[in-house]
Amino acid sequence: MRVPLEWLREYCDLHMDAHTLAQRLALTGTEVERVEHHGVSELEHFVVGHVLERRKHPDADRLSVCMVDTGGSAAAQIVCGAPNVAAGQTVAVARPGAVMPDGTRLRRAKLRGIESQGMILSERELQISDEHTGIMVLEQAHAPGTPLADVAPIATDVLVLEVTPNRPDCLSIYGVAREAAAATGAQLRAAPWDYDPGSLGELHGIEVLNEAGDELCPRFTARIFDGLRVGPSPLWLKARLMACGQRPISNVVDITNYVMLLTGQPMHAFDRERITGGRLTVRPALDGELLATLDGQQRTLSASMVVIADAEGATSAAGVMGGGRSEVSEQTTSIVSEAATWNGPNIHATSQALGLRSEASSRFEKGLAAEQTLWAQAVATRLFQDLCEARVRPGTLDIGAPPAPPLEIHLRDARIERLLGMVIPRARCRELLETIGFDASDGGDGLDVTVPDFRRADVTREADLIEEVARLAGLERLPATLPARRAAVGRLTAAQRLRRRLEDTLAAQGLHEIVGWSFAAVEQAARLLEQHPAVELANPMSSEQSRMRTSLLGSLLDAAARNRARGATRIGLFESGAVYLPDPDGPSGVAREPHHLAALVSGPVRPPSWREQHPPQADFFAVKGLLGAVLESAGIAWQLVAGAERPFLHPGRAATVEVAGASVGWLGEIHPRVAGDWDLDEAVAAFELDLSTIDPPGPQAFTDLVSFPAVREDLAIVVPESLPAGELVAVIATAGGPLLQASEIFDVFRDEQRLGAGLKSVAVRLSFRAGDRTLTDEEVARQRNLIVVAVENQLGGRLRDAG
Amino acid sequence: MSVTDRIEQLEREAQAAAAAAASTVAIEELRVRYLGRRAELPNLLRDVAQLPTDQRGAVGSAANRARKEIEALLERRAGELAVAELEARLRSERVDVTLPGDPLPAIGRLHLITQTRREIEDVFIGLGFNVAEGPEIESVHYNFDALNHDPQHPARAWTDTFYVTDEVLLRTHTSPMQVRAMERTPPPLYLIVPGRVYRRDSDVTHTPQFHQVEGLAVDEDITLADLKGTLLEFARAIFGAEREVRLRPHFFPFTEPSVEVDVSCFACSGGLAAGGERCGICKGTGWLEILGSGMVDPNVLAGVAANGYDPERVQGFAFGMGIERIAMLKHGVSDLRLFYDNDVRFLEQFA
Repeated sequence: MRVPLEWLREYCDLHMDAHTLAQRLALTGTEVERVEHHGVSELEHFVVGHVLERRKHPDADRLSVCMVDTGGSAAAQIVCGAPNVAAGQTVAVARPGAVMPDGTRLRRAKLRGIESQGMILSERELQISDEHTGIMVLEQAHAPGTPLADVAPIATDVLVLEVTPNRPDCLSIYGVAREAAAATGAQLRAAPWDYDPGSLGELHGIEVLNEAGDELCPRFTARIFDGLRVGPSPLWLKARLMACGQRPISNVVDITNYVMLLTGQPMHAFDRERITGGRLTVRPALDGELLATLDGQQRTLSASMVVIADAEGATSAAGVMGGGRSEVSEQTTSIVSEAATWNGPNIHATSQALGLRSEASSRFEKGLAAEQTLWAQAVATRLFQDLCEARVRPGTLDIGAPPAPPLEIHLRDARIERLLGMVIPRARCRELLETIGFDASDGGDGLDVTVPDFRRADVTREADLIEEVARLAGLERLPATLPARRAAVGRLTAAQRLRRRLEDTLAAQGLHEIVGWSFAAVEQAARLLEQHPAVELANPMSSEQSRMRTSLLGSLLDAAARNRARGATRIGLFESGAVYLPDPDGPSGVAREPHHLAALVSGPVRPPSWREQHPPQADFFAVKGLLGAVLESAGIAWQLVAGAERPFLHPGRAATVEVAGASVGWLGEIHPRVAGDWDLDEAVAAFELDLSTIDPPGPQAFTDLVSFPAVREDLAIVVPESLPAGELVAVIATAGGPLLQASEIFDVFRDEQRLGAGLKSVAVRLSFRAGDRTLTDEEVARQRNLIVVAVENQLGGRLRDAG
Repeated sequence: MSVTDRIEQLEREAQAAAAAAASTVAIEELRVRYLGRRAELPNLLRDVAQLPTDQRGAVGSAANRARKEIEALLERRAGELAVAELEARLRSERVDVTLPGDPLPAIGRLHLITQTRREIEDVFIGLGFNVAEGPEIESVHYNFDALNHDPQHPARAWTDTFYVTDEVLLRTHTSPMQVRAMERTPPPLYLIVPGRVYRRDSDVTHTPQFHQVEGLAVDEDITLADLKGTLLEFARAIFGAEREVRLRPHFFPFTEPSVEVDVSCFACSGGLAAGGERCGICKGTGWLEILGSGMVDPNVLAGVAANGYDPERVQGFAFGMGIERIAMLKHGVSDLRLFYDNDVRFLEQFA
């Protein structure tokens, strides 16, 4: 909503500049997006001039050289390009130094060799209208040199407001004036509709039938004006419309727009003679019914919309836009002025369906008060009379349900204090409410408040009244306190702490966290060689983001590819976030959203240096080491099981991650074909865990590891190549019994000649320890022998000969 | 040759060999040769008992003296050589100290969104709030209806909000968790809800996915002044101890009264930067808008009244802020899209 300050001042006695007013409005609940200047600046350089003489420019057919009296001792010579300039005219002159609306400063100039000491202005140059076929000729012969600003609307500040949807009353100049008065303490002048030159009672000459019902059309009012002369509007009216962002058209149309801007109530003027059959019908549109709207478009209507029709069919889409057929033209002499109330949600739906938002629909959709219709008729009547020489017929057509009775709400003193934490005395509340049009009277423990009709939709409860007094009393006075917090104990849950711990460890291992899109492209599943169902968006912004991701791997591959393309060589990335798995038992009935943690590494595990020019490349074992570091940092015991049934993994380098015997995710090298599809040519290794399946471990029980020393023994065991090392370690662990604290593989050796074909030697470091004594050599030797025997019997392994 | 002569001879030999020895290893060999278990001198000493009685004393003392002499000599000589050897080793170990040190695996970073989210979480945990998350795929009921949105509220439009079905959407704010939390837990309730939210918008200042933190405190006597105090503590923790907050009346469907909250600009004083020019961060206003909030609307409470949220008995405040906005303000990030580009050069800046 654009509010010219010049217009606002007509209704509110403001003694402050636009910025101060903007600040006051912002702090009382009317958001001011910005303050703009409309029109020209450096006003002392704009004056009234009399054209004394007009000569043709010697070197330019279209230019004339004028001598203009601008009140100085000598006439100014001004070169002018307008065809209508003539001696004897009173005109608007900009002298050198003047600043035009676009910010350019006027200078003395030579035009085709002739000096010009200024400029004779058109309406467009002053932003009074779009008119630019000629200069603006002033009707009254003001004295030359009179400041132009005194006689023409050439400059005003404009407040650009962002009006919240609950306050359609502020989509009007008078509504904003009411707020401005309350915000500043300035005097609010009487409403412009307090004087109505028209009359109520029966109106002859038009018939209106409401077939849509009171629900869709709660009120419909009309008046008739005869003997009307269509022509241009006066400058002041045009300038105000322009400052509000509307283009002047003709006095009749301009008046309807002006009335809407002033009262908030949209209006429409029908050419009475072009209403076929002399009757208007408010009715639901027919499915497929066509309407040519004023913007020149052909619209297809549907049965949920409401139209105003005459005998020939729809003439306007009610509350949204008029039709071209009954439009006011230069020949019009009699009009029907219509001001109606429409159903907000219905107008919203219509405007959405037609893709057509107008000044009218954006007001109606928020729900206007039925009383506003007669405000508009009153103001319009005065203006039609004054500006179009129209005669108003007696009477007003007024159909619809009687307006709802005014709402009374009791406002308790104690409730105000309890909700705000601040006392606002009852007398002050009453005063504040009255400045914005509410009636209030003492009533026991508070005030009995009557809500004005224009706030009926917004203020329905005690809490709404408390908001009104709070915002006007000044929230800057509100103390800053903390809740008493009788039962507030804040902490992270164990799961939240676990998640943080795992993320921190990944970062400590040199990986950067990414935040990927929750969206995925349809093709992503195919690129990952998968066929999982996913949650599909009904209205995605692009096919790239048309479904919800089912894993974090796509996000990581995207980020890895992007960074690789931008020159990164070592890639270490992780993401911690939700994935979306279709599941009718999920909270929304569509999906469940487990929190996953995934990491991806590729390229050298360390940066190369002069000591190590070719560090090892990240691979399966690099990411396995990473997974171990991450899970062990949180005290989570885990193991890998060969194979993962993930088609996007290298079939020989894929594993399932198990925690407490259950699968919690996968780990492996990405299939070269998949990685290649993301333009990643080196090995890419990754893991992804479903954290919702991992229980945060409880407190770690103490073990005494310092009182008695451990004894270490190394064993090299020759086993078949096909035996997984993990099985060997498992057999050793069982055979070693409780005294065996740890067994760790530190070498794998293959040599066909020394070991035999199909065999490998696995070296294991054993660590024996008892919690209550130092182990003797004999005890250790006994355990060691048990291990050797078990390996031999269960796995066919033998101890490798020394040397 | 008498035994004593032989002892003297051995002693002289050992002295000569020790003087000629060039390394501590050679001294070790001499120690074995002259003093070892199979060496002659210790054997002489061992065999003293078999000598005639009159010779025992002289031979024994001579051999003992010689052994001690040789021991001391070797010890001394070994010490001299060890010093020389260490010096030689240190000389040989000289390095070019100007060569680069070994690169350590660089420490990775949490994403700036995560860093900021945790910072916010920690402030509110300290103020007695718990942290919860809610579903991002949400029903129209929780996202709009239960939060008092009009049936024609513009945010419901398919142009503004992602839908899965007519009844299911991607949540447009973290606020639906207010209702879910109140359904689950009776008052008092102090909760923040960080998480992803979605709106159909994409330009320099909008991404279709972004992050919010919702806050909700419901108890018997929570006031608007408590909201101001809580957010003042928050603003000071995040933006510096000197900050003030300002409440501006606003409108949200699910709070009444509703306020927008501004924090005094941390980069300037009253809108003017140090050099006197207009501050670019707050655009010269001296204030930064950081969040929307208000007192929980009685209609929202009435919807969960069965779980102890009778609007005549309990009341509370709610707020919602954008994590990216806080991060952008705090770190001067100029383009929202950088958060989702995941360029390592962006990620590693924020320690």
